[in-house]
Amino acid sequence: MPFVSDRRLRWALNAGVLIYLVLAWLSVDVNWARVSEGMERGLNFIASFLQPDFVSRSGEIFLGLRESLTMTLTSTVIGVALSIPIGLGAARNIAPLPVYLFCRLIIALSRTFQEIIIAIFFVAMVGFGPLAGVITLAFATVGFMAKLLAEDIEDARPDQMEAVRATGASWLQWINYAVQPQVMPRLIGLSLYRLDINFRESAVIGIVGAGGIGATLNTSINRYDYDTSAAILLLVILIVLASEYFSGYVRKWVQ
Amino acid sequence: MPLTETNNTVAWQRREPKQQLLIWAAWFVGLVLFLICWKVISDNTIWEFLEDAGVQGMSLINRMIPPDWSITGSLMRPLWDTLNIATVGTALGVAIAFPLSFLTARNTTPHPLLRGLALTVIVSSRSINALIWAMLLVTIVGPGIFAGMMAIALRSIGFVGKLLYEAIEEIHPEPVEAIQASGAGRAQVLAYSVWPQILPAFVGTAVYRWDINIRESTVLGLVGAGGIGLQMNAAINNLAWGQVATVFVLIFATVILSEWVSAKVRAAVY
Repeated sequence: MPFVSDRRLRWALNAGVLIYLVLAWLSVDVNWARVSEGMERGLNFIASFLQPDFVSRSGEIFLGLRESLTMTLTSTVIGVALSIPIGLGAARNIAPLPVYLFCRLIIALSRTFQEIIIAIFFVAMVGFGPLAGVITLAFATVGFMAKLLAEDIEDARPDQMEAVRATGASWLQWINYAVQPQVMPRLIGLSLYRLDINFRESAVIGIVGAGGIGATLNTSINRYDYDTSAAILLLVILIVLASEYFSGYVRKWVQ
Repeated sequence: MPLTETNNTVAWQRREPKQQLLIWAAWFVGLVLFLICWKVISDNTIWEFLEDAGVQGMSLINRMIPPDWSITGSLMRPLWDTLNIATVGTALGVAIAFPLSFLTARNTTPHPLLRGLALTVIVSSRSINALIWAMLLVTIVGPGIFAGMMAIALRSIGFVGKLLYEAIEEIHPEPVEAIQASGAGRAQVLAYSVWPQILPAFVGTAVYRWDINIRESTVLGLVGAGGIGLQMNAAINNLAWGQVATVFVLIFATVILSEWVSAKVRAAVY
């Protein structure tokens, strides 16, 4: 059984992909002379991974990492806290239509724009520094968490919700005893995952002035100080690895 | 069932007292940690800037409305470039991630040592944002679309590789055994028992990553890696917020469209 059962459609798809790839490749002009020139720099960069320099800029690296980590935690906490009401509002089986549409609009806005674009906006609003980064990451977290939370609530079993409602529970009790237990494990898992994403993002929004290790990294790359860049990247990879290990452990414990 | 009895009235509680205490303690520790972190942020913030944040935000939005539609025509080529960066980048990334995922999956890896190596590649690729890859590549291959495509490809390897190797590890062993029993070689087993089982996950993952990559490639221009981000950066530097708004609207439309396409394709294959 072929994957696309209609033979003509299959051929059209194959031909279309081929034509597109040729067209796309034609629109790229690679300056191979420049590439071969840059290759040396590339090799330098790879070589610097073998001898990363943690020492000579250790002060900047430490401050940047501390800022990134604190930004990550605060923005995730604020973002998750905000995404709970918005997620409840964006679940069709709980919220009335106007609330639903409003919450979905917030989610769509937050999800379409890359964190960098949001960061540019907030840096212009509240000035350079980690606060702009926290607001950016919190806003991005809301879009991510609220959407998944709303989908989870929409998939929740209706019989339990009916049962709690039948006991005469108030709205808050209904949410707390019928909805919350059903979505809590996934909410915790997703929050940890988002913590991970926020840390990785905090390493880039510094490029536009929103604080964190990104600014340090950007400076080091612009100065061709690759030994320091390599040290920063290795630290980022290590922290992501550690948090992935940790969150896998917590997720097992929660479920 | 945790029941407490006071004055002959029995009250039901959701949790045992000890468990409840533990949960409260965890909340307390979390709150303290949050406050410490907030203190660090607050120390590094110039709060005076915040006084006119509302005014600044409103004036920014006022300057964005109405968007400057006159530049729409000149944005079409950068938009096409952005789409190309995302699509070709995804294709390259998937092409590299595909063999890598077979090396990483426990049930198809030829050697544990090779598995460790492939896993390292996947993790490093995942930990580093496409924008950082782009910054590095711009200094290596020079500014332009090519650097953007490579950056997207490098970032996609980790994502696609991880989801794909998990899919390979979750396949049913029976078809594999059946093909093996017929006397098939290693490559034949992969082609006739593993591949058909992971095909839906493969297409779904690739399309999902493509959709994410469209979003990512809109900002690669900020560091010189081509696409519509270049125009956005120029407009921001000129403080031409009307033009910035046009770019935002175009990005919004493109991302919504690609998300719709990706959702349709994924619904069709799963």
